[in-house]
Amino acid sequence: MTADPKGVLTGIHFLDGDHAACEGALAAGCRFVAGYPITPSTEVVERFAQRIPLVGGLFIQMEDELAASIAILGGAWGGKKVMTVTSGPGLSLMMEHLGLAYITETPCVFIDVQRGGPSTGLPTLPAQADMMQVKWGSHGDYEIIALSPNSPQECFDLTIRAFNLTEQWRVPVFLMMDEVVGHMTERVVIPEASAIEITERRWTAKAPGTYRPYDVGADRVPEMTKAGDGHRIHVTGLTHDERGWPCMTPKQQDKLIRRLSGKIRDNADALTDIREEGCEDADVVVVSYGITSRVASAAVLRARAAGLKVGHARLVVTWPFPAARIAALASKCKAMVVPELNLGQMVHEVRLAVNGRIPVLLVDHAGGTVHDPQVILDRIQEAAR
Amino acid sequence: MTRTEIRIGGLGGQGVILSGIILGKAASIYDGLNATLIQAFGPEARGSACSAQVTIADDPVDYPYVLNPDILVVMSPDAYTQFAPSLKPGGMLLYEEELVHIKELPEGVRAYGIGATRIAEELGRRLVLNIVMVGFFVGVTGIVSVGAAEKALLSSVPKGTESLNLNAFRRGFEHGRSLVGAA
Repeated sequence: MTADPKGVLTGIHFLDGDHAACEGALAAGCRFVAGYPITPSTEVVERFAQRIPLVGGLFIQMEDELAASIAILGGAWGGKKVMTVTSGPGLSLMMEHLGLAYITETPCVFIDVQRGGPSTGLPTLPAQADMMQVKWGSHGDYEIIALSPNSPQECFDLTIRAFNLTEQWRVPVFLMMDEVVGHMTERVVIPEASAIEITERRWTAKAPGTYRPYDVGADRVPEMTKAGDGHRIHVTGLTHDERGWPCMTPKQQDKLIRRLSGKIRDNADALTDIREEGCEDADVVVVSYGITSRVASAAVLRARAAGLKVGHARLVVTWPFPAARIAALASKCKAMVVPELNLGQMVHEVRLAVNGRIPVLLVDHAGGTVHDPQVILDRIQEAAR
Repeated sequence: MTRTEIRIGGLGGQGVILSGIILGKAASIYDGLNATLIQAFGPEARGSACSAQVTIADDPVDYPYVLNPDILVVMSPDAYTQFAPSLKPGGMLLYEEELVHIKELPEGVRAYGIGATRIAEELGRRLVLNIVMVGFFVGVTGIVSVGAAEKALLSSVPKGTESLNLNAFRRGFEHGRSLVGAA
């Protein structure tokens, strides 16, 4: 199906990434946001709060991030497409309900506009230091999908994709922005509603009495209902059976947790989105994501001007990590360079995929600004030697 | 590949960010170029140091920050003191001549001044000094077209203030054209 025109601000705009992400959510059909505004993500919910009364829906400013992240789960089971928006300190508080969203298979989108941390850190300045937290910060084994936009246009486009993916797979989907992308203003083209593909919730067609909320078919994704539609449902954070009832046996734990993680792990290749450029005959491949990919592009251009054969692989989907594709790239080049605005996070995944076959050089940065392209260039030159 | 890096500096409340928005919008929406705007401001609503960085290019902009601007626009003495040393050699300085007093300039820098605040006051609203500066910028540099700048201006200012802002833009524009000797 295509987007509801009420939420689509068709036109050519000059928007920052935060505002563009908000428009993406509205275009995707998000009609309930609970948030606790925090720099540098505040503009997302500020705009949503202004726009949603005109579109038809609700924004609630909650008392904290714990409340915000569980209110959206209630909103989803009430039938809405839902989102919360935060930055590092708030993300830490949301970890409990990330796990609850996962085990209850509640479709929901989290936007994390990353800033320097740990703790209060650098409220108004960028980092990419939450990349591991979203994957590993909640307890237990779980999987998420994470998208890393590098421009306001992508904040719009990928927010729509985030909503579609969370409905398709029923796992929490993260939009991993950063302060620069969030506050950077560029041209954003919002198409006609009829040109925006929307994934509808997997509503069950089963009659009350025959529907079981966690029955699955071959794709392992259950059908959903909403409270008040007449189906009996039980939604719990406890390990549960197909009825949703608590069932805390090792056998059921194994069955449930393997089904949940299998949905994503077994489809990692299908979810992969890497923008590769000049990788075919490259000696060195730069692997980047988010805002750092734009800085890396500047470094790659300079390296090529200096006569080096350098490719650039930008991860648009950062989780699940595209290990198979990175391994394939590593079989054709001599070294990889991984710049990121942290002291080494996704580089661990690159190294796992590469498995020691070629050197993987990290270009780290503690955050607060983006890399100087020269620093990435220096590391490319080192890798090429 | 043409790439022009611009920094606009002043005080919160002078409309520094809106100036950047109008120039970026003019370039990227109405002139068919690419533009990236980055803004920096303090936590105070008024009076803190405030600056906008605008990169205008034929190709998509990769590295988004402006470190050494080709063109520096300053509306406060602090912005001049802070940013003038970063100007590219051979770059251009546009300044509010009654607020900023030029001492020494980097090698080969061309400087053009305008009494933007006084002009804005003559028009009846000191608030539009930033729009006078935008007009001045377009008149001196020609980096965005007049038509694009006026469209961007009209789509960025509050309803009911269009003619005031357009007058402010044109006063700045004409002064800029006269300084660079354009017909």
